[in-house]
Amino acid sequence: MDISTQTTDAPPPTPEPDVARLKSNSRGATRPGDRIFLGLSRGSGILLLVVMAAIAVFLTYRASLAISKDHGNFLTTFEWNTNLTPPSFGIAVLAFGTIVSSIIAMALAVPVAVAIALFLTHYAPRKLSGPIAYVIDLLAAVPSIVYGLWGALILVPHMQGLYGWLNDYLGWTGIFSWDGGAPRAMLTVGILLAIMILPIITNVSREVFRQVPRMHEEAALALGATRWEVVRMAVLPFGRSGVISASMLGLGRALGETMAVATVLSPSYDIQASLLDPGGGTFAQNIASKFGEATEQGRDALIASGLVLFVITLLVNGAARAIIARRKEYSGANA
Amino acid sequence: MSTAAVTDKRPSTLRAASLPKWSPWAIAGGSIVLAIAIGLAGGLTKVQWGLIAAVLFILGTYGIAARVEGRRQAKDRVATSLVWVAFLIAVVPLVSLVWVTISRGVKVLNLYFLTHSMGVVADSEPGGGIYHAIIGSLEQVGLATLIGAPIGVMTAIYLVEYGRGRLASAVTFFVDVMTGIPSIVAGLFILSLMLIFKMQPFGFAGSLALAILMMPVVVRSTEEMLKLVPNELREASLALGVPKWRTILKVVLPTSIGGITTGIMLAIARIAGETAPVLLLVFGNPFINNNPFEGAQASLPLYIYQQYSQSAGANAAYDRAWAASLTLIAFVMILNLVARGIARWKAPKTGR
Repeated sequence: MDISTQTTDAPPPTPEPDVARLKSNSRGATRPGDRIFLGLSRGSGILLLVVMAAIAVFLTYRASLAISKDHGNFLTTFEWNTNLTPPSFGIAVLAFGTIVSSIIAMALAVPVAVAIALFLTHYAPRKLSGPIAYVIDLLAAVPSIVYGLWGALILVPHMQGLYGWLNDYLGWTGIFSWDGGAPRAMLTVGILLAIMILPIITNVSREVFRQVPRMHEEAALALGATRWEVVRMAVLPFGRSGVISASMLGLGRALGETMAVATVLSPSYDIQASLLDPGGGTFAQNIASKFGEATEQGRDALIASGLVLFVITLLVNGAARAIIARRKEYSGANA
Repeated sequence: MSTAAVTDKRPSTLRAASLPKWSPWAIAGGSIVLAIAIGLAGGLTKVQWGLIAAVLFILGTYGIAARVEGRRQAKDRVATSLVWVAFLIAVVPLVSLVWVTISRGVKVLNLYFLTHSMGVVADSEPGGGIYHAIIGSLEQVGLATLIGAPIGVMTAIYLVEYGRGRLASAVTFFVDVMTGIPSIVAGLFILSLMLIFKMQPFGFAGSLALAILMMPVVVRSTEEMLKLVPNELREASLALGVPKWRTILKVVLPTSIGGITTGIMLAIARIAGETAPVLLLVFGNPFINNNPFEGAQASLPLYIYQQYSQSAGANAAYDRAWAASLTLIAFVMILNLVARGIARWKAPKTGR
């Protein structure tokens, strides 16, 4: 509903000059108070746009300083030696690690989150689903550094068993071979990210599933469908685009997650086929862990990698918003 | 349990054979016993027992239901069990997170911990506290709120009350995009400014980055709240000849103030836990620094990270990190609960 149009329209739209004057009056551009207020509020909106533009401009400027000095190839070099003269650094490993950890996180989190959303809307006893949804809302607010601390001190020791098991039975694939080092590799990061983005994806998917027209479900039930058939034929098709955009929002969060990855991952500047051996880092983790030792030149290089992350998250979020915009009824932005 | 609610109501003559209501529990019990037996025989860990039990439960459900009720019912039961299993699997880490934070956090959390800094305490030694971090967090988050909240609310007012045309849709789009900016990128933006102006880390720089992260969240929530204000109220006020800006200030905002406050508090809860920008811009400081405009400061999330990463595995530092986590979570949760309380208490009455 567009309130502003209704507010400003004078009631009977007759083409008399008087009404036209009234209209322009209520638009609020004539009185000084109105002008100031409109200016202030429009100014804040413009300020937001300026900030966005400034982020892009300043990051690009500092990044260009760094890249022009880069002795290696910014896209393909497998090292991050920014304090040398000349510096040599590249984002290949970071891009690899960011994408791999996010893929693991999405592969684990999306099915579970969709299942939990279905659980809350269609399976759980009424009395349970309210409090559980509330608790999941609260869990979305747990700071990422706490997830990081928990991941590093609790999750990592518990991963030992899983790593050994995967190595024993699936080690021959190459993806799950393990050299016996501390389980601080991509798989652990992926699992931790999955746990972190679970509440967000669940919340948005739940909102979508809740809006499935009751009639669709009842029609399916009346035709003798089982509950699973109702979910498959009425709920999931209706919620598909919502689930996709929820996943994209989660993906955006996973791509940009810094502290949880920085505490859990032991980074290395080469690419491993195995998810269990230390290989790769992520953009955000690299910035956090390399920042302390970076000179000004090193900071510019980190800004350059941050710019790449910025562009990637812009694309992912833009895609999510575009999907949401096609179905205006539910806005994932409330999550 | 699952299909029973639907099928039970039908007359029995039309009804195919169905499993009794207690069958899922029986299958669950059977598979748990079997999994423990296998686990004891094979010397497996608890996690592995749990996984074996889950697999056995799903296979058992499918087998038995397919035999008695037919394949469609069996699939339905498997889907139900999968949904339950997914829920239980997800609950485990989340419960563990909360439990560990509380049980480890209370070890050193006391009045001494809250009122002392790390000034003369080495990271590997016991003692010390988070007073400096609390001061830093409160000042940085407070300043960020002073900047972010008014701009956010004014932008939302512009979008709802005035916004039409290209500027408004551009603002809406970029607010959406801004919600997704990783916190570290906001930090890098301010960092690039600091590099240009040759500045050293200080608290207010962190506030600026936090304000950038806060604004879009405030805009979205305030927008939703303003849209809930009934149009009749605005029209009544305008009809009495009240200027539009006074209508907004005296009618629209008071009506929606509860929801707006909630949105701002949730945004504060979100930025209070941000570590990355603070790490880049405020740098951390074991001493008490009350001035956010000069010199490095600490903050709670940053304190947790540094206690973890700079202590080389000393237990005393880990204890402090957990205690600080508990303090931070408590702060965030209290903000959340109060915010939701306000939302419920002051919810705008839309219907009649």
